[in-house]
Amino acid sequence: MNPVNYLYLAALLFTIGAVGVLVRRNAIVLFMCVELMLNACNLALVTFSRLHGNLDGQIIAFFTMVVAAAEVVVGLAIIVSVFRTRHSASVDDTNLMKL
Amino acid sequence: MDNLIPVLVAVPLLGAALLLCGGRRLDRVGHWLGTLLAFASFGVGLALFFSMLGRSTADRPVHVTLYTWIPVNGFQADVGFQLDQLSMTFVLLITGVGSLIHLYSVGYMAHDQKRRRFFGYLNLFLAAMLLLVLADNYLLLYVGWEGVGLASYLLIGFWQHKPSAATAAKKAFLVNRVGDVGLSIAVMLMFTTFGTFAFTPVFAHASQATQATLTGIGLMLLLAACGKSAQVPLQSWLGDAMEGPTPVSALIHAATMVTAGVYLITRSSAIFNLAPTAQLATVVVGAVTLLFGAIVGCAKDDIKKALAGSTMSQIGYMVLAAGLGPIGYVFAIMHLVTHGFFKAGLFLGAGSVMHGMNDEVDMRKYGGLRKYMPLTFVTFGLGYLAIIGFPGLSGFFSKDKIIEAAFGHGGTEGWILGTCTLVGAAVTAFYMTRVMLMTFFGEKRWVPDADGHDPHPHESPAVMGAPMVILAFGSVFLGGLFSINSSFVHWLSPVTGYQEGHSPLSTTTVTVCTTVVLLLGVGVAWMMYGRRPVPAVPPLGSLLTRAARRDLLQDDFNHVVLVSGGSHLTRFLVYLEGKGLDGLVNGIAALIGGTSGRVRKVQNGYVRSYALSMFGGALVLAATTLLMRAV
Repeated sequence: MNPVNYLYLAALLFTIGAVGVLVRRNAIVLFMCVELMLNACNLALVTFSRLHGNLDGQIIAFFTMVVAAAEVVVGLAIIVSVFRTRHSASVDDTNLMKL
Repeated sequence: MDNLIPVLVAVPLLGAALLLCGGRRLDRVGHWLGTLLAFASFGVGLALFFSMLGRSTADRPVHVTLYTWIPVNGFQADVGFQLDQLSMTFVLLITGVGSLIHLYSVGYMAHDQKRRRFFGYLNLFLAAMLLLVLADNYLLLYVGWEGVGLASYLLIGFWQHKPSAATAAKKAFLVNRVGDVGLSIAVMLMFTTFGTFAFTPVFAHASQATQATLTGIGLMLLLAACGKSAQVPLQSWLGDAMEGPTPVSALIHAATMVTAGVYLITRSSAIFNLAPTAQLATVVVGAVTLLFGAIVGCAKDDIKKALAGSTMSQIGYMVLAAGLGPIGYVFAIMHLVTHGFFKAGLFLGAGSVMHGMNDEVDMRKYGGLRKYMPLTFVTFGLGYLAIIGFPGLSGFFSKDKIIEAAFGHGGTEGWILGTCTLVGAAVTAFYMTRVMLMTFFGEKRWVPDADGHDPHPHESPAVMGAPMVILAFGSVFLGGLFSINSSFVHWLSPVTGYQEGHSPLSTTTVTVCTTVVLLLGVGVAWMMYGRRPVPAVPPLGSLLTRAARRDLLQDDFNHVVLVSGGSHLTRFLVYLEGKGLDGLVNGIAALIGGTSGRVRKVQNGYVRSYALSMFGGALVLAATTLLMRAV
């Protein structure tokens, strides 16, 4: 199978994730979209690794997973605490940080 | 003997320090202390004078350097004194007339609570004036120049509880400041041109300077002289300066300080002789002022202001003579000395009249005083005869010489100047006769003063009478004394230089002309004020009279041109500053503020909007990277 197809898939997934981040309001969905984008990147990295015949991409993919896991922990904690105070998971409701 | 020169200045300065810092415990003796020190200074002056007379002409000028004031590389300012015939003449006039006026003030200021301070100021004035005429360089002269300005300010405003006196003092100070700027520019020009401001080297190198520089220095010195000597266009302060006590008017604003301008021009003769333009300006100023002052003197009903107009006019004669160059310097100084005597005498006489008339100054409320104040009448009368140039008296000799020198200037200019001085002589005779007739002759026009006291004119005490008598003697005999064998010319010419003018008219013709115009002036005045009763309320008068009563509109002119002009200019500058400079600065601030206000809207707090920006940014980055690689 042509490895370039994996890149197309990765691009498709990344686009879905990006559009999801931009158009959805629910923080959980947003979060999942971010994960989707990260994983699309991972897919692309692994594909490049295969294409170039070295392990750099795979190693970076592992790093990305670690960072994503840590990010999920922090992010979910924030979302839960915001939900507790504001009774809403909509990102548009938390708009106090402005001039 | 020459070591006594600094003592001349130190003695009155000591008096000023003692009287001004001594406090109340000197109240009872202060006036005598001040007078004593003035006389002591006069005594020192006399000693120096006789010592100078004993030397040959070449050895007469002496020079004492006291110490170096500002020792800087390339800038050396010494405190040095130079006593030559010119300074000597002034020293004797200042200390002599000054001492007499101190004595007079003992009587005149007897009931004034601030008498001690008054004598302190008078001593301060003497010290500053002596410093002015004894300095051997322009910088030290400037110190004395400012010193007399300060003393004049303090004494004009001596009765500062009167708003008019306080205003007059400020006016005198401000107008003088304009002249002082001229002097400071002249001194600076001298320093940049000659590298020094000591008299001897400046005069020695004057011929090496360019014509433009010399003219500049000359005109700036003339401006300074105009300020101090109340010459057109800086004449407006002198009339108001009469707000000061009368002895002050006599000493400072008639006999000595106002003649400092004539001294300055005569002292700088080496510069003026090389700058014909400056000399021309000087004679024009002198001629205009002598007529200006005379016309103002004709219309004033206030006896002191009439005399002030006369002072202005007589100093105009001196400035004119000084502007004529070597044919006039000697006579300028000669008239200055005789004028110092008779004008001081006239002012002291006026003070005596005011003393007897409850401080009334309006001559329309005098009349018939000759029977009540015989001594004042006689001394004032002798001063009067001297100032109008009655043949044989002081003014006759000195003024006649100036008129002759004016004709002797030669050419059309000579005729114009000569005619001006002759007309001036006629007007002088007119206004002085008017003062004389209105004060001492005619019927009584006395009115009670503000408190309802009827005036009881009486002769002043001897302490006031004696100085008047001595000054009257000077008014009568001094001119003759100076003219015997041209003694004054011989005395002064080594310093100022002297050459005969080439008058188109003979001396006799000039004398006859002067006497004729003199009689004409006296005759007209007698027709107007002697034969007819003097109205107690001044008649409306012609347009010229009304203008002259307002000092020929000098204050109106100053107000319209300088005050209004200045405030309009200021307002314009404020407008320009507000709209222009501030507008620019504020505009930039507003532009930045407005732009950032719009940019600020981008920070709306919506996470998704930020995400969009980041996405856009990432797109741009990626696109740029691709594009760069493609190129």
